Amino acid sequence: MNKNSTTFDVLEEEIKKLAPGRAVSPATSVTRDLGLDSLAVMNFIMVLEDRFDISIPMDMIAEIETLKELEKVIETLKVEQDGA
Amino acid sequence: MSILSKYQQVSDLHDRIRSAKLGRDPFSVCFDAIHDATQAEIAGETVILLGSNNYLGLTFDRSCIEMAAAALRGSGTGTTGSRVANGSYQGHTELEERLKAFYGARHAMVFTTGYQANLGIISTLAGRDDHLLLDADSHASIYDAAKLSAAQVIRFRHNDPEDLARRLRRLRGQPGDRLVVVEGIYSMFGDTAPLVEIAAVVRAAGAYLLVDEAHSLGVLGQHGRGLTEATGVKADFIVGTFSKSLGAVGGFCVSDIDDFETLRVACRPYMFTASLPPSVVASVTEALKQMETRPDLRSRLHANGSRLYQGLEKAGFALGPEAGPIVSVRLPAVETAIDLWNGVLDNGVYCNLALPPATPTGEPLLRASVSAAHTSEQVDQAIEAITEQGKLLGLVGSERVAAE
Repeated sequence: MNKNSTTFDVLEEEIKKLAPGRAVSPATSVTRDLGLDSLAVMNFIMVLEDRFDISIPMDMIAEIETLKELEKVIETLKVEQDGA
Repeated sequence: MSILSKYQQVSDLHDRIRSAKLGRDPFSVCFDAIHDATQAEIAGETVILLGSNNYLGLTFDRSCIEMAAAALRGSGTGTTGSRVANGSYQGHTELEERLKAFYGARHAMVFTTGYQANLGIISTLAGRDDHLLLDADSHASIYDAAKLSAAQVIRFRHNDPEDLARRLRRLRGQPGDRLVVVEGIYSMFGDTAPLVEIAAVVRAAGAYLLVDEAHSLGVLGQHGRGLTEATGVKADFIVGTFSKSLGAVGGFCVSDIDDFETLRVACRPYMFTASLPPSVVASVTEALKQMETRPDLRSRLHANGSRLYQGLEKAGFALGPEAGPIVSVRLPAVETAIDLWNGVLDNGVYCNLALPPATPTGEPLLRASVSAAHTSEQVDQAIEAITEQGKLLGLVGSERVAAE
C-alpha cells in the first residue's frame, strides 16, 4: 500500500476492481449501490482485511451501510489492532 | 409493502426460475412415490435419484427398516419433548455409546438434526471474546451458528491454510479462545479440506479444531469415519449428520475434551427442541453397524463417483476440482442452469440445481451425488442424459468425443 494513500483511496481502488465503472462517494451504499450480493460483500471484506492487515469481525459488517461507515470502522480497527 | 417485502429480490429470482421454459420449480419438487434408494416417481415418470446425498443407499436397507419398525412399535411414534426437560430414551444413550466406540472418543452427543448439531456446538463453544474462524465456503448451518454465537467471526479463504495462518496471526494479543471450523467434504463441489496442513496451523496457534464430517462420514477413511480418519488428523470436535450416509435424520458431536457433558445444559439447540423419535434412533444405530461391517458399500460409492466424474469430464463439462460422490457441473448462467436441470429431469434424472449466492464461486451448478446403490447402468444413463442436454444447450460440443 502506498504510504500516502488514504483509507478511502484504497476502498476506491478495490471497488474499481470489483465493480468497474461505478462512481463512488462516502455516501455510496455497500450493498445497494455496488450491486454486491451477500457473498460478494463478505469476500470484499476479506480483501480489505488483507489490504489493511486487520481483522474485521462479521458482526461489524452487518452494521455497515455506507463507504463512509466502512472507512470509519477500518480506521478504528487499525488503531486498535496496531496497538495490540 | 408487507412484512415480506424485504424478500423481493429472492422472490423475483424464484419467479424467474419458475417461469423458465419448462416451468418446473426446482425448489418444490415432489416425488409421488419413492421406489428405492435410487429411483422415484414424478408425475407418473420414473426418475433416477442423482441428488439425494444417500451415499451408502441405506434408506431401504432391510435391517434398518426392521429395527426402526420394532422401535416404533415398542417405544411409540415420538418422544414429545427435549432430553433435558422430558428425559432421554435408552436408544438415545445407546446410540451415543455406539458413536463413542466408533470414533474411539470419550464423549458423544446426539442432536435432532445435523443443522442443529452445528448450530448448537459451534455457537456454544465460541462465546464472548472468543474468535471463530470459518472456511469461506462453510455450510449455512455453520454461518448460522456464527450468527447465534457471541464470538467474533472471521472468514478465511476456502481450503487455504496459509490464509488461515495469516488471519490467526492478526488476532495475536487479543484475548479469548480460537475455534477453527472446516468441513471434511464441501457439499457444493465435493472437494476435501487440506486437513493435515490446516491442523498444523491450528496447533501452532493454540486454537481448537472442529471438523464437520456431514458429507464425509461413511465416505472417507478406512472405516468410514471421514476425513479425520483418512488423513490421521485428531480434531478436537467432530460434528456429523445421520441424514446422508446413515439414511435418516439427526446430528451428533464427538470429542475427548474434559467437561464435555456441560454442553448438555448449556447448548440451546440441544436443550430446547424435541429429541429424535425412537424409530429414527434405531435405524441410525443399525445403519452405523451396516456402515462398519460393509466396506464394499464405500468402494461401490467411489466407483460410481469416479464413473460419473470421468463420464462428464470426457463429455467436455467443467467440473469441480476432484472426483468423488459429489459431482458438480459448472455453468455459465442461471438461465442455462435452469434449462439444463429441467432437460435432465425430462430425460429421467433428478439432480440438484444450485444458484448463487448459495454457490461458492458465484457460478450456477448442476449438482449430482451418487450412491453405493446406483448400478453402473444408472450412472451411464445419467451421463447420457446430462450430456445430451448439454449438447442441446451448446455447453459441450456434439462432435467432441467422436473427433478425439
